[in-house]
Amino acid sequence: MAGVLSFAEDVKRRHDNPMAMTKAGTGPPGRTRRSHVPGDGTGASAAVEQARKDMLREVKPRKRVRIGADVLLEALIRQGVDTLFSYPGGVILPIYDVLGDYPEIRHILVRHEQGGAHAADGFARATGKVGVCMGTSGPGATNLVTGIGTAQLDSIPIVAITGNVPAALIGKDAFQEIDITGITLPTTKHNYLVRDAADIPRVVAEAFHIARSGRPGPVHIDLTKDALQAETSVGHPSQADIEAGLPGFRPNVDGHPRQLKAAASEIAKARRPLILAGHGVLVAEAWDDLAALAEKTQIPVAWTLLGIGAMDETHPLAYGYMGMHGWKHVNRAIQSADLLIAIGMRFDDRVTGNVRTYAPYARIVHVDIDPAEIGKNVAVEVPIVGDAGRVLRALLPMVEGVVPAERSAYHEELAEWKRESLASSWHGSGAWRDGLLSADYVVERIAELSGHDAALVADVGQNQMWVARYGGFRRPWSHLSSGGLGTMGYALPAAMGAALGRPDKETWAICGDGGFQMTLQELMTLVQDDIAVKIAIFDNKKLGMIRQWQEIVYAGNYHSAALLGPDYIKLAEAYGIPAFRASRPDEADEAIRAAQAVKGPALVWFEIASEQNVFPMMPAGKGLSDLIETWGEEPEE
Amino acid sequence: MSADPLDNGQLPAHSVPPSRALPGTGEKHRHVLVVLVLDKPGVLNRVSSLMRARNFNIESLAVSHTARDGVSRMTIVIHGDDVLVEQAAKQLYRLIDVLKVQDVTNDPTVEHELAFIKIRATERNRSEVVSIAESHRGRVVDLATDSVIVEAVGTEAEIDALVALMAGFGVKELVRTGTVVMARGSGSIEEALKR
Repeated sequence: MAGVLSFAEDVKRRHDNPMAMTKAGTGPPGRTRRSHVPGDGTGASAAVEQARKDMLREVKPRKRVRIGADVLLEALIRQGVDTLFSYPGGVILPIYDVLGDYPEIRHILVRHEQGGAHAADGFARATGKVGVCMGTSGPGATNLVTGIGTAQLDSIPIVAITGNVPAALIGKDAFQEIDITGITLPTTKHNYLVRDAADIPRVVAEAFHIARSGRPGPVHIDLTKDALQAETSVGHPSQADIEAGLPGFRPNVDGHPRQLKAAASEIAKARRPLILAGHGVLVAEAWDDLAALAEKTQIPVAWTLLGIGAMDETHPLAYGYMGMHGWKHVNRAIQSADLLIAIGMRFDDRVTGNVRTYAPYARIVHVDIDPAEIGKNVAVEVPIVGDAGRVLRALLPMVEGVVPAERSAYHEELAEWKRESLASSWHGSGAWRDGLLSADYVVERIAELSGHDAALVADVGQNQMWVARYGGFRRPWSHLSSGGLGTMGYALPAAMGAALGRPDKETWAICGDGGFQMTLQELMTLVQDDIAVKIAIFDNKKLGMIRQWQEIVYAGNYHSAALLGPDYIKLAEAYGIPAFRASRPDEADEAIRAAQAVKGPALVWFEIASEQNVFPMMPAGKGLSDLIETWGEEPEE
Repeated sequence: MSADPLDNGQLPAHSVPPSRALPGTGEKHRHVLVVLVLDKPGVLNRVSSLMRARNFNIESLAVSHTARDGVSRMTIVIHGDDVLVEQAAKQLYRLIDVLKVQDVTNDPTVEHELAFIKIRATERNRSEVVSIAESHRGRVVDLATDSVIVEAVGTEAEIDALVALMAGFGVKELVRTGTVVMARGSGSIEEALKR
């Protein structure tokens, strides 16, 4: 492993000092490096050195006036941006020409713009701040779109910046020209095309304000090359100017008093109430307010996929993860509830299944900051438009305190359901009983060995559901998952952003072998910028969720479910990343610990059981009461 | 929920649980939305793209300036049940450039559109065409040897009726502006805009 590590160091050194590349013999001792550069001491090398010195002498001091690109970077810094995920290209070269003058901004050179967008998203989810990514016109911009869409569906505040061809060439099908604002229009909260340097300060400030205010979301700014190059003396607006300039953007943050009163009276009447906590609780940083309301009213809390972390899973009132692959006891509690208090969630189809059979006995109080979410998927009795935190704080003094004894029958029944659900044979696959490595076991071990404090960044598919079910989350912003768009390839680049946003926390990217192969190019970014992401590959040599659906829904017609992968140890070594492997349950802990002991990035290849299913499962179109719990042979009891 | 089956805090004994009502009635009606937007490039595209992406079918859409600088007005006619139209309005509000959305379907309003109808008309039947047009508040704005253009102003239904009457002569071409409405009385949606 020593050789591998020193190569990683060498890569870093080359990055820190590019000229080191031109000197042969500076590689790790005992290694010869093939290079087109002549060795030291030869005549040829002296000639190269002389030519380089002449070239440096000829470089004239750069003419430095304040141009649009400067204004852009000033505006970003004013918004508190310290990390920029980007990939250069022709029309954004004016930005790269001045970027070196702004040491406040750490530029991360991603390997693909999609990785940059996911990294900005991961940064935003892990920190609660706005993430920023950038790409050039044409393909650079279209590569960002998947990441922008991911942020849109999950309400993640990112600002995506693209360059465009000079204004005069727009519409002429110029080289690398595409109508990118036309493409991002329906997949962003808002977007801009800027043709004039004088507009840059206002647009950037508006973009950040829109991205993070109300229901957050991605904002895209497209800047023409000539706007970036134009000399300008434009000043920066104040926050008050910005808000005054957006008369159409005034999110309601406080719940209507009459509806708050109605909610309090529903809560007072309910015998089997349940709180459904969603992403809005995390966006509003309202986890303490959520716990306070739950404790005062003694109402158990269930959470959506993106609501994971809104409540410490060890809290006595924490009940569990709901929905298609959620816990059976949680779905059962929803189906038997007489009141659902939904906070910052949107009754997505993966949460409700067939709406007609969803929570048939429940009245619904729905709190969301986006009025369009209320009454969209389910009819509700008490609509409350407002910020989750402000509504929870306003509601708290209005509800009557309940002592646990008053709900003891209800709590005991729920506890019994939970015990049953956790103890049943499909708690995980049980594959570990046969000596096979099961994914649920690995997730539990990673969570345990990282002290339930690490950020676990899931990819999409079975691995995502295993992380959601078995991750044992105890702190907000520690679970990152592409819920709405379900973007395979999300984990590795998003973990990169999360690790840079929270260097004080351990960060794991948990990928299936399918998702990992979609964005593995970012391995080199981890090395070049020394980003300490630990990667867990759950390798079942299958597209697991595809295989599971084909088994259950498509009568075992396994077309394209089998997936070849490389030797991940060799792959990691080629990138200079220490890698470890576990194929049996008793090897898991050692591999996890070894990866944790590495200072920078590390990879663990878990060869998991190849045909493990995620159970329970709600088939599409069915309801929460129609969970499939096993398949094929009867499970051992 | 009628008699509360959960009175004792226990699960109800229903074998078949009640079915949850979906939002809306499913009864479609014609709705007229007045939308005030910032007059910025691309705002029409944002509105129409949203309606397309969210599966709302626009019947007619008329756009114009207002008495206020920088503010444009759209009149959108869509068919749908009340909840669907309310959802369309809420989605419109999510657009940053949208200032105000009002469903004026049930308000007292004046409502008109303008149409040009080019009708096959020779000397033989021209006077008949003209008299029908005039009886429907239409007027002839162009006359050729074998055709006339009738300009008509009225509600959607009135214009439908006139076009149906003219069909017998042969309608060569038809253009309609789409409905515009204004609330009766002194109230003003523009004045209701907060600065």
